[in-house]
Amino acid sequence: MAKKIKMEKEIKKSSLKVSENGLEKTVSSKRLEVLKTYKIYIGGQFPRTESGRYYQPVSASGKILANVCLSSRKDFRDAVVSARGAVSGWSGRAAFNRSQILYRMAEMLEGRKAQFIDELIQQDATKAKAEKEVNLAIDRLIYYAGWCDKFQQLFSAVNPVASSHFNFSVPEPTGVVSIIAPQGDSLLGLVSVIAPVIAGGNTCVVLASETKPLCAVTFAEVLNSSDLPGGVVNILTGKPAELASWFVDHMDVNATIYCENNSETKKMIREKSAMNLKRITFYDKINWYTNEGESPYFIMDTQEIKTTWHPVENIAGAGGGY
Amino acid sequence: MAKAIAKKKPLAKKSNTIKLNFDTSWEYAPAPESKSAATINKQYDLFINGEWQQPSSKKYFDTINPATEEKLSEVADANAADVDKAVKAARNAYDKVWKKMPAKERAKYIFRIARIMQEKARELAIVETLDGGKPIKESRDFDVPTAANHLFYYAGWADKLEYAFPNRRTEPLGVAGQITPWNFPLLMAAWKIAPALATGNTVVLKPAETTPLTTLKLAEIIQEADLPPGVVNIITGAGETGAAIVNHADVNKIAFTGSTNVGKIIQRAIAGTNKKATLELGGKAANIIFEDAPIDQAVEGVVNAIFFNQGHVCCAGSRLYVQESVAKEVIRKLRDRMQSLIVGDPMDKNTDIGAINSREQLNIIQKYIAIGKKEGAEMYESSCALPSKGFWCRPTIFSNVAQSNRIAQEEIFGPVLSILTFRTDDEVIEKANNSPYGLSAGVWTDKGSKIFNMTKRMRAGVVWANTFNKFDPTSPFGGYKESGFGREGGLHGLLPYLKLIN
Repeated sequence: MAKKIKMEKEIKKSSLKVSENGLEKTVSSKRLEVLKTYKIYIGGQFPRTESGRYYQPVSASGKILANVCLSSRKDFRDAVVSARGAVSGWSGRAAFNRSQILYRMAEMLEGRKAQFIDELIQQDATKAKAEKEVNLAIDRLIYYAGWCDKFQQLFSAVNPVASSHFNFSVPEPTGVVSIIAPQGDSLLGLVSVIAPVIAGGNTCVVLASETKPLCAVTFAEVLNSSDLPGGVVNILTGKPAELASWFVDHMDVNATIYCENNSETKKMIREKSAMNLKRITFYDKINWYTNEGESPYFIMDTQEIKTTWHPVENIAGAGGGY
Repeated sequence: MAKAIAKKKPLAKKSNTIKLNFDTSWEYAPAPESKSAATINKQYDLFINGEWQQPSSKKYFDTINPATEEKLSEVADANAADVDKAVKAARNAYDKVWKKMPAKERAKYIFRIARIMQEKARELAIVETLDGGKPIKESRDFDVPTAANHLFYYAGWADKLEYAFPNRRTEPLGVAGQITPWNFPLLMAAWKIAPALATGNTVVLKPAETTPLTTLKLAEIIQEADLPPGVVNIITGAGETGAAIVNHADVNKIAFTGSTNVGKIIQRAIAGTNKKATLELGGKAANIIFEDAPIDQAVEGVVNAIFFNQGHVCCAGSRLYVQESVAKEVIRKLRDRMQSLIVGDPMDKNTDIGAINSREQLNIIQKYIAIGKKEGAEMYESSCALPSKGFWCRPTIFSNVAQSNRIAQEEIFGPVLSILTFRTDDEVIEKANNSPYGLSAGVWTDKGSKIFNMTKRMRAGVVWANTFNKFDPTSPFGGYKESGFGREGGLHGLLPYLKLIN
């Protein structure tokens, strides 16, 4: 094993410098690495941004991470169309089935752990911290996989009305949720905000961390191989400063989640939400590494309560309740 | 043989129900409730810090009886300085008294208020009807008892909050600014005050300017119940007073019931603050009748859905979707039944439909009736006589309404029903959900699996199956989409007034 590593190092050392048209170029005798194109994820597919724009997030040491799609308003609108199209199918699935799919997502993430750790390290995490973040992200998916078919029982009620009616209240998904994900914890934060939204049967459009977008795109690949129907989660990369207002402007979005503590943006979001009375949630003070980063109350943030009444015929008593 | 059959005219589908005959030679004798069982002061001040205080503007405005246009009383017009005084009183009461009081004691105060309301039920019903124009049978049998029950229900929650939210402790928010509408004045005041007090908050409440009297009566009850000063403050005024409450920096929570437009203004106004909000706004509820429904009960349900409280109900079933095969029959029966509704003196115990709440509202309703005619819908109204004074509108239905018509899209808030037809369940779901609103919905069918198919797919916070316009303190109420957010009633009605602590 040690010998093999040594050999590779030697091969690297022996790379040649060839002069071509006066320019120096480094050619390794080692196989050339295939670099990954980081694209966005809409409707279960990986298009480039329609705008053709890109940006280059850099690591602390100044290394360019990738040419990342600089998503546009149109990309967001396309993503909302996909997300809306996926609502009835996803919310109509058995909660048990959603649970299975979230569990599958955790399995897929576990299988690609090394890649995520590598990307997190590229994005300036230490190895230990990267490992911790990926492990927690996997465990968080498992946590919410378990909640899919349980939170309804906790937050439902059969209401003892005084009249002759059967009356019950249950949570229902609100619909399409736009999410501006945490900028710092680019994987754990992302997973922690997506999981409760889809566990509850919503679909979403997520804007990944601007400066650390690599894991978000790779996570889209995890989703794409987890039997999650296309359109349930759509992931864009780009700049919150540019896209935030569209995330809360759109009339076919039911709720918006914002995870940073920029008071200007928060004010703008709440103001614009008035247009169609979006449900607004701010997760600006949450430590995703602790237990406060997971609970069924996160699921309830994008649920509506529906109350249903039906008369109970009262044969011996005062007649039906029509 | 085959020829003979082909020649036969297709059999007209026979209705198995007979025309309802409401004709009678019997006339209802007048059965008026007596005004003498109620006391209305000539003038009302602001109820701040447990005392009646004059408004700093020294201005008062009239509140009238919409059935006679006679002045009932005049109430104080609170300005920003009065609002500030009320909020300070509420803050002081929160910090020094209410927050520290053992929950069991808090509960007993709320129980006490509920009991006094029950004792004064007759008086409250009379005042509600005089001030708002709703039939006395509704204020007597619905508004007042339901309001008292609501306080009773939430009183019991005060010392049980640790059971309500699994794995969480709760804390009150502080001072709640509450603004109520004119359609159910006392009931809405109870819906606002009861959960706020039970969860340990203090209150500044403003009733609607056209119907302040029962809320001021409630202030008298609160005084009689010896509630610590400042825990509930009741101030009167119009939109500006409401805006002063919403914009006051020391208010922690806004609870508003009213129009979607004002709700949106409030949502914008509190952007950039940490104020929590509950908005219970407009609606345009779809009420769906399938061909297998019990038609007579459904017709009765439709009448209750749209004509209850003159149609001044945010959750009114104002869009009726009838399956094509029974549309003729339903419309005929609906017309017959409408003709039998007694419209007139709200104080008469036989009255079904009282006065429109205000001239402004009557103008809005008439505007929509004109729009409906212009849009080409077919109008039918009851032929009942209307009193010469006061604000009145005959029960009205529009048939042949198109989905895109304004009378099918916009909230009218009056006794005006728009009727549309459909063929399949997918079609009617599409149409029913095609609305920016989502407060309530109704479905009429005798098939259980169809009921759940519909109730599950309709995007509305309250769904009535084979019934309509039923309310209960234990039953959460509130909307989807532009009908607002937050719930009032039941266990779910506690959350809007609480912080959950990990």
